[in-house]
Amino acid sequence: MSLSSVDDLKQPMTWPTGGATRIPYRLYSDPEIYALEQERIFKGPVWNFLCLEIDIPNAGDYKTSTVGETPIIATRDENGGVHAMVNRCSHKGALVCLKEKGNAKMLTCIYHSWSFDLAGNLKGVAFRNGLQGKGGLPDDFDTSKHGLETLRVETFCGLVFGTFSDETPSVESYLGQPMSKFLRRNLGKPLKPLGMHSQIIHNNWKLYAENVRDSYHATLLHTFYTTFKINRLDMDGGIVLAEDKWHHISYAKRETFDEAEEYKRSNIHAAQYDSQLDGPQLLNAWNEFDDGITHSIQAIFPNLAIQFTLNSLCVRFFVPRGIDKTELFWFYVGYEDDTEEQTAMRVMQGNLTGAAGLVSLEDGCINEFVQRGTHGSEGKAGLAEMGGRDVESSDASRATETAIRGFWTGYRKIMGIA
Amino acid sequence: MNTAIEDFIIAYAHDIDDVRLDGWPDYFTEDGTYTILTRENLAAGLPMGIMYCQGRGMMSDRIKAMKEANIYEAHTYCHLLGRSQIEENSDGSYQARTNFNIIRTMQDGASEMFAVGKYLDVIEMRDGQPQPQPLFKERKVVLESRRVDILLVYPL
Repeated sequence: MSLSSVDDLKQPMTWPTGGATRIPYRLYSDPEIYALEQERIFKGPVWNFLCLEIDIPNAGDYKTSTVGETPIIATRDENGGVHAMVNRCSHKGALVCLKEKGNAKMLTCIYHSWSFDLAGNLKGVAFRNGLQGKGGLPDDFDTSKHGLETLRVETFCGLVFGTFSDETPSVESYLGQPMSKFLRRNLGKPLKPLGMHSQIIHNNWKLYAENVRDSYHATLLHTFYTTFKINRLDMDGGIVLAEDKWHHISYAKRETFDEAEEYKRSNIHAAQYDSQLDGPQLLNAWNEFDDGITHSIQAIFPNLAIQFTLNSLCVRFFVPRGIDKTELFWFYVGYEDDTEEQTAMRVMQGNLTGAAGLVSLEDGCINEFVQRGTHGSEGKAGLAEMGGRDVESSDASRATETAIRGFWTGYRKIMGIA
Repeated sequence: MNTAIEDFIIAYAHDIDDVRLDGWPDYFTEDGTYTILTRENLAAGLPMGIMYCQGRGMMSDRIKAMKEANIYEAHTYCHLLGRSQIEENSDGSYQARTNFNIIRTMQDGASEMFAVGKYLDVIEMRDGQPQPQPLFKERKVVLESRRVDILLVYPL
């Protein structure tokens, strides 16, 4: 199923009245919408995260990934340049790279031994001239026209991005000034990998895209955040939206905590867990920056987020694996110049997030609860009116869903939904 | 001694299966470590796991959070263990390697393989009656897969 416009949908789609404050449930479960997203978003004018530069540090290194559902190879060539190609042989369509990571001089498809250089150019065809004068490719077969399908590639702050579209502006303009500045703050020096795992969450990818932008839920659902005063709405903090609205930064300053009565009064699960840590070393954080920000999450459209909680720095990448299935990758990193103690503290604070994260594990199931809760209600819509109905940055409060409205504003535009 | 260690390793699994988790930290020495990590990260020498507890305090924090703070759908584990391979270290402690397969049952009735891998243990023998008591000085839970289904909240 390949669709290119909303007009191709069998069941017409228009946005309900209320704009970005209304989220049609159909968007989480309609296979036609999912197919349209592959074309308009993942193959459209966006920068897709492919891998970290530290995944491919040396000449000949490659790493496979996916852009939407399309399999991708990112490589580093002999001159240090980074390339990305669709992991699909130009001959019969087989995967060219089978391993998740590797190092090679040439990329060779195992099916018929066609081989490509690290930029995806076709360099060798087995038995091109046939055997003993018989068989082989026609004389006019032009290898230069049969390389791997390439993506445009840019790297920014150690992140490798790719796009299928010629219209995508440079990564820095795609991000905009506040977003690129904050990425530089967090990822602006050489990184060191600490470990990776992934998590299958049984929900549409956009539910996680909303979830990382949902500053309202974070301190309600995630009790550990609230109790141990890692991230609460009664700390100074705010939401910064990109000009296009679809990227955001949410930040909190732990030292400005000023306990709000509302946490005590409301019937909030998160405020009812009163506890002291028996292993307080978990939260022995040091201040990495002098801006006072101790917790942040930054989402880059479509499916990337960078988290910096105390000293735990993690690149989260959530990949659609079907309409109601998403693989969430947690790439934990530190800085190359970290001391052993600093590395140990980042490892320790890895307990806060990830598939078993003390403050994040709920997200493994909460989005699935929405996926299941909205079954049979595809004609209805969710609400996002916290903090008002506008789609603007909010430096006064994070009791707002403005970043969610921002995501849907960008989504609606790129999908061309009237 | 090997029988005592095997009994110990099995009792640990049965306690988790029966959701007797308050005593989980007591399977470890006071400063014992518990790590869940992936085979891939272990092979690459990367330090980061999926869960890491340093000492019994962090372990009881995990149990407390699991019981009072964390939100998740009810489920149970069933551990299937292979025979342990046990060797004595020169300092009198023991090393054990035990394969496991953990089936998770969700409240809708689905019983599915949740985690497969091996325990790599360093076990200390403490004086006790009628026989010495084994305790984990270190328990590494090495998962074959880097991918966790839904979430991981109970220890493995």
